[in-house]
Amino acid sequence: MSLINGKKSPRQTILIADDSEMNRSILTDMLGDEYDIMEAENGVEAVSLLQKYGNSISLLLLDIVMPEMDGFGVLTLMNKHRWIEDIPVIMISAENASVHVERAYEMGVTDFISRPFDALILHRRVVNTILLYAKQKRLIDLVADQIYEKEQQSSLMVDILSHIVEFRNGESGQHVLHIRTLTELLLKYLGNKDSRYQLPRSEIAMICTASALHDVGKIAIPGEILNKPGRLTDEEFAIMKTHTLIGASMLEALPVHQEEPLIKKAYEICRWHHERYDGRGYPDGLKGDEIPISAQIVALADVYDALTSERVYKKAFSHEKAVSMILDGQCGQFNPLLMESLKEIAPTLEEEMKGDTNSRANQRQLQNVAEELLRHEELSASERTLQLLEHERMKYSFFADMSEEIQFEYTAAPSMVTLSSFGAKKLGMEEILMDPHHNQKVLEMLGSEDLCAISGALRSTSPENPIVKYDHEICIHGERRWMRTIARAMWSADEPPRYMGAIGKTTDIHNERLQMDALVQMASHDPLTGLFNHNYAKKRIQERMESRVGGRFALAIIDLDYFKSANDNYGHIFGDHVLLHMAEQLRKSIRGGDIAARVGGDEFLLFLEYKDEPDTAIRRIFHSLIGRYGDFQISVSMGVVCTETSGTDYEALFHAADQALYAVKRSGRGQYRFYDNTMQEMLSVISPIDSGEKEADCETE
Amino acid sequence: MTLQECYTQLEGDYEGVLARLRSERMVQKFVLKFLNDKSYELLVTSLEAGNKEEAFRAAHTIKGVCQNLSFTKLYESSSKLTESLRSGAEADELVRQVEADYKKTVEAIQALQSES
Repeated sequence: MSLINGKKSPRQTILIADDSEMNRSILTDMLGDEYDIMEAENGVEAVSLLQKYGNSISLLLLDIVMPEMDGFGVLTLMNKHRWIEDIPVIMISAENASVHVERAYEMGVTDFISRPFDALILHRRVVNTILLYAKQKRLIDLVADQIYEKEQQSSLMVDILSHIVEFRNGESGQHVLHIRTLTELLLKYLGNKDSRYQLPRSEIAMICTASALHDVGKIAIPGEILNKPGRLTDEEFAIMKTHTLIGASMLEALPVHQEEPLIKKAYEICRWHHERYDGRGYPDGLKGDEIPISAQIVALADVYDALTSERVYKKAFSHEKAVSMILDGQCGQFNPLLMESLKEIAPTLEEEMKGDTNSRANQRQLQNVAEELLRHEELSASERTLQLLEHERMKYSFFADMSEEIQFEYTAAPSMVTLSSFGAKKLGMEEILMDPHHNQKVLEMLGSEDLCAISGALRSTSPENPIVKYDHEICIHGERRWMRTIARAMWSADEPPRYMGAIGKTTDIHNERLQMDALVQMASHDPLTGLFNHNYAKKRIQERMESRVGGRFALAIIDLDYFKSANDNYGHIFGDHVLLHMAEQLRKSIRGGDIAARVGGDEFLLFLEYKDEPDTAIRRIFHSLIGRYGDFQISVSMGVVCTETSGTDYEALFHAADQALYAVKRSGRGQYRFYDNTMQEMLSVISPIDSGEKEADCETE
Repeated sequence: MTLQECYTQLEGDYEGVLARLRSERMVQKFVLKFLNDKSYELLVTSLEAGNKEEAFRAAHTIKGVCQNLSFTKLYESSSKLTESLRSGAEADELVRQVEADYKKTVEAIQALQSES
């Protein structure tokens, strides 16, 4: 794969996917003068280039028959990731059978060109496709912009207007919003109660918008009356009442838009939102259903909000108080159905109103749009399914990003890993990785051994038992860290089930692992010298003998002669240094599988494998241990036993070596001896029963 | 040897390719490039290895290239071989035909190359 013209330029890029170099270069020759060309020699390369460059590829010229992944495989993935919506595809193939052509068109290709092609025609079709897509994209953007702008502007204008009214009114600015919310709730509820009032969603939306204008006529009412703290005189009240007619005539006098349904609704609401069901309202004294339902509802909403808000002339009533005042008829008569609706929504009403901020209102608008979409009869079931899927996908990717885990999905055919975007970022990789088993970056990160172990483990699971847990190291940004991968194999429902891939997550367990390692170290090692302690050495020795049955091993116990005098003459710190020095010498003198341990104060243990005879190795080690440390002359006694003669029971071996050591001590120290039958009756240097003996016999000079 | 004579020798459609690719320079460039195309070798090795799928793809590629260059003779035999490999039928006879046609095509192009 290559980027023939890699420099940044305004030229558009065409991706050519064809396994024949000849075919690619013919196409490059034809198009290379006008376009930048990228080449892919199989479907997998094509997909990874699409993934990498996305919409900066203006066109894909796609062959059908290719190794790794064929053209239809590429189309499948382009559909899955919806790239096909933005990147046009022209298929070029010698496969002219109509089933292929048909399938290609079904999968969304723009054009199908058969081989052999005419250079001029091919060129023309490429240019046309690219132009067409560019034009379409510009148009989509343009339309979207305009719709957005128009909606923004009209809602902005209504907001400004109603705020001006409220501002003069000295109201909180929330009034219009409350009216809108209440109006919407009541309208919806009423629609469910009585089909006469079941309005289309668009009309409900319109009434809600128009409700914001109900008091627009107050703009013409003098401020002294509008904001008078006390009761209005009859005269003042008569003026106040005119705001209904003023508002209506303002709308009526609009030079344009007279026919707009929104203006008509606003007119109804302005004029009649103070009418009452029994005909005792104003300005026209309409009765019952003479009053448009929009105005009836806004009237009720207006009363409720006025009661529950503080005004210059009154305090705010509680929600319960306001509802009972309305139901008692203290604020005039309303449509009985409307009263019933209010009663029924009353329990949740307060919450609804309280939480209603601008953003909530917007959110509800969005929700309405979504509901409307789902309701729309023209939407086919599959589109609904797609919407649900899209919703699930969004939900999944949101939670995936929140969780700070590396989540992944693997599909076996085509072999591909999709990482969560957090995971991709954390690992510094693409979200889509084609063919992970041969992907250099994957192998550098995980290593092929672990990769094969994980994928092997997944493939050997069963549908009943599909979970795999595996700890491994990975290399992130040059640092090796321990990770735990938990994955679930995906099996098809066929019989026998086929392995489809896996999903899983990888979490960082580096710190826990280090802690665990430290604990294991503490439990198994001698803190002073860092050699194994006796318990752990015993375990390791037994394991080693079990894993190599028939191996020739020697076990040696080494005792530091006159160590007590080193402690006594030079102090305990010096004594510790001597022990450290011994441990170092022991470490140096053993090979890979051999084991060295500190088994007591000044006793050490060695376990080693030999080939022909043990004496050479033992002698070498013995001589490496003796010598001077500071002013202290190091002398050691060693008792040695071989598995060849004494078997592989650890306790028996240890006891025998101990007896051989005793024999050395008895015969003057500073030497090593192999165990033989004559020592059977010997006492022990180390065993607790004989420790008194040891002190008395060996260390008192 | 002219390009036209070369096409006569390899039994191709010179008029056709010139009409499609529009320039003699371009046709000549890609005809010469045919010598570097590895599809035929891939066909032979994958047939030897018994890799039917790979053999099918190689034959398919030869067919496509011949179509582009209007190498009619080799196109016909490689096209038959492609279909036969696709269906998994015995193809020995067709393989021999493709071999003969390929040899003929290559010899003609080599003659063109040595003279130009």
